[in-house]
Amino acid sequence: MIDKVPTLPRRPATQPSRSGDTEAESRMADPTTVKMRSRGLDFYYGANHVLHNVDFDVFAHSVTALIGPSGCGKSTFLRTLNRMNDQIPGARLTGEVSIDGNDIYDPLVDVTALRRRIGMVFQRSNPFPKSIYENVAFGLRIAGVRDKRVLDETVEESLKLSALWDEVKDDLNKPAFMFSGGQQQRLCIARALAVRPEVILMDEPASALDPISTAKIEELIEDLKVRYTIVIVTHNMQQAARISQYTGFFYMGDLVEFGPTAKIFTTPSEKRTEDYVTGRFG
Amino acid sequence: MAEATATTRSVSSSPEPPRETLAQRSRWKRLLSPLPILTGFLAVCVITMLVVILWNIVAGGVGRLTWEFMTGAPTHGMTEGGIFPAIFGTVFLVLLMTIAVIPLGVATAIYLRYYARPDAWFARAVRVAVNNLAGVPAIVFGLFGLGFFIQFVGRGIDNAFFGGALTFGQPAIIWASLTLALLTLPVVIVATEEAMRTIPNDYLEASYALGATRWQTISRVVLPNSLTGILTGGILAVSRGAGEVAPIMFTGAAYFLPYLPKKLNDQFMELGYHVYVMSTQSPDVEATLPVLYSTVLVLLLLTFALNALGVLIRYRLRGRQAV
Amino acid sequence: MKYVITSAAFAAIAVIVLIFVFIGREALPVFTSPEVHEEVTIAKMVTPLEWRASKPKTYVWQPVSEVPKYSLFPLVLGSLKATFVAILFATPFAVGAAMYSSEFAPRQAREIIKPVIEMLAGIPSVVLGFFALIVLAGWLKDTFDWKYRLNATTAGIALGIAVIPIIYTVAEEALRAVPRQYREAGQALGASPWQIARRVVLPAAAPGIMAAVALGFGRAIGETMIVLMASGNAATWTLPLTDSVRTMSATIAAEMAEVVNGSAHYHVLFFVGALLFVVTFLINLLGEMYVGRLKRRLTGSAG
Repeated sequence: MIDKVPTLPRRPATQPSRSGDTEAESRMADPTTVKMRSRGLDFYYGANHVLHNVDFDVFAHSVTALIGPSGCGKSTFLRTLNRMNDQIPGARLTGEVSIDGNDIYDPLVDVTALRRRIGMVFQRSNPFPKSIYENVAFGLRIAGVRDKRVLDETVEESLKLSALWDEVKDDLNKPAFMFSGGQQQRLCIARALAVRPEVILMDEPASALDPISTAKIEELIEDLKVRYTIVIVTHNMQQAARISQYTGFFYMGDLVEFGPTAKIFTTPSEKRTEDYVTGRFG
Repeated sequence: MAEATATTRSVSSSPEPPRETLAQRSRWKRLLSPLPILTGFLAVCVITMLVVILWNIVAGGVGRLTWEFMTGAPTHGMTEGGIFPAIFGTVFLVLLMTIAVIPLGVATAIYLRYYARPDAWFARAVRVAVNNLAGVPAIVFGLFGLGFFIQFVGRGIDNAFFGGALTFGQPAIIWASLTLALLTLPVVIVATEEAMRTIPNDYLEASYALGATRWQTISRVVLPNSLTGILTGGILAVSRGAGEVAPIMFTGAAYFLPYLPKKLNDQFMELGYHVYVMSTQSPDVEATLPVLYSTVLVLLLLTFALNALGVLIRYRLRGRQAV
Repeated sequence: MKYVITSAAFAAIAVIVLIFVFIGREALPVFTSPEVHEEVTIAKMVTPLEWRASKPKTYVWQPVSEVPKYSLFPLVLGSLKATFVAILFATPFAVGAAMYSSEFAPRQAREIIKPVIEMLAGIPSVVLGFFALIVLAGWLKDTFDWKYRLNATTAGIALGIAVIPIIYTVAEEALRAVPRQYREAGQALGASPWQIARRVVLPAAAPGIMAAVALGFGRAIGETMIVLMASGNAATWTLPLTDSVRTMSATIAAEMAEVVNGSAHYHVLFFVGALLFVVTFLINLLGEMYVGRLKRRLTGSAG
């Protein structure tokens, strides 16, 4: 049963690890542990059968990319992982979605606690109309954290983790809207990180950004996977190939193929996968 | 390395969607938390207020609501009889008001939208003036009606045409209706503008392209398509005008008149004013209570019927435009 | 034809301007006319007056007496008391209902609330005044054991009912205007609906809600019939909210009919009218400025 409020231990502020750091490497992607999975997932919007019988594994400490043409259901699938589809009128679901083996759609599950374990970054950055500080601190405050010292430290650490600290450290009280799109998106990532999620879901996080901001975010994702499990929806195949270890290809609501990224992009088993990744359609 | 799970699931037959939506699954949890309950309670209170007021008036007034009541004259010191003179006065008043306010309001709206340059200081000043007119307290209109219409214009007319005899320089239905026309002017202007705004630019361009002048375009394309909206504005203005008492209190309304208003400088009885005087200055409020309640009910029915009509037309108008 | 339209529009506009000018003109003698000053001056309107040989000077509004007294303060206080009660009463209900309607209500509930609000708005104020006088006043006095049946609170409650629609309408619009993205972001971070409402929606909608209250205030302070019928019409200078009061608007309505054209009393009434008008104008301006700022804030540089 998922109902614990995560505690926030005081950690020394660390720089995100880079490859070559042996301690970090020992915390690398654990391919034998399935962090989240779906089994037999069917999803409907009203009478629209949008996802068909999806069996999906998300491995711990990895970056998993969801690719496919527009409207294939990859964003919908992503949102079933943190139950963000719950409020959509007419949304229905059968099958199982679980984290660490626990069904997240169990009626006894506390959705708000679940969403603190599984964070989300949206396609268009959506910071609150508040200051940088208050944006990052938001998740902590609603989890009941009041100690100013803990807040300050966590805000700083989260902003460092999302590579934004140096740019904003003197402007923490300025409104978030004053910053560029790329900065706002990194702010949203920091905000999601502040509550110490275990999984981070990203829905085309860089699609609305310029190439430089995109590169920064991709670098960020590389660094984050050490501590977190990341699932990212992207329509940019080069991006998927660059940053993910596993890729799932969706087409018209079916999970057509899933496997290590290298295989999907070089020697896919399915013809449809091959057609898509070689650009023959989509 | 994990095995590649590379199999496609063929969808042979789509299973039936489950009957319960995700939103329904969690609805009790959501609705039973404190904030929805609190705000829902407050909303219920508001509904209760309306219900209590309406119920009280209907219960108190429906007993006397007969045809005789609406067509007869008051008798026995307002404790018996009917209120036809008040109904007649209200209708006459509102009729005059409409004749004044619709042309004036529509013309102003047309001017603001199609003739004035949008950046001209004058157009902006007008818009500010119209917006603020809507916020002027009703009693201030009454002051204006008394001081300007009656004592300035009316007296002027008397001196110019009647050799100083007091004909128009006193409370009269014409002045009361003009005062109300000013009060409801913003309603008509806004409704007309709203109606004209829904006319697609394509129609206007087509008209101009065929060589029509601005006025021809307005009279042949804009106005015919705006009629419903203008009508709505008129109805809402009428509903508002029939309910306002402060502007007519000293510009022409009277409590008891032995005659019906026929000339423009006659005084008149009016439903709202009647309610006010009967409630506050009747020598025996208890005795007049039944008649009072029924009068209030008539007034309420009148305003609600007009309002409902206006809203109905507006919805049908919006519905058609949305296509 | 253009000229017909233009002149009609000009006429309408001219009359609008005329209203402002005329009221001002008839109020002016209070400042400038020596005849008026024999009876009343601005100073006399704001300073305590002699009213009974044995009692200390205080603020008295008694235009019809041997020595006419025109203290403004009792009238202003009366307006403020009634309006204060009205806003205090109306705001929780109106804003609460608006929040329910925009955040939690299922569609069926919304389709009941909207017509209810419109009907409430359509009730003529004389009817509300009637209800307050005939029904509410007696009930309130008995239930709470007040001294006076007609007082600032009775009138204030009826006044509050009258302004619920306008506060509701503007507040609901402000709440709806809060973009969905903010709510989504809050949800994704694990906030409960209560937390989202309190920490995201309300702060974002706050300017609009304040504007709503301001507009309600402006409407209430200018209202005449309800206070005329239910406030007791006694120009008192006391603190309790359950005392009878006389508001500025009711004073004009009550005394205008009896006043002699051109007399000092006549001009003072116009002065009060001008005052009322200026106050409502400023409040409405404030309200509209807030609504403008709200719109800019929420649509400006969002990502």
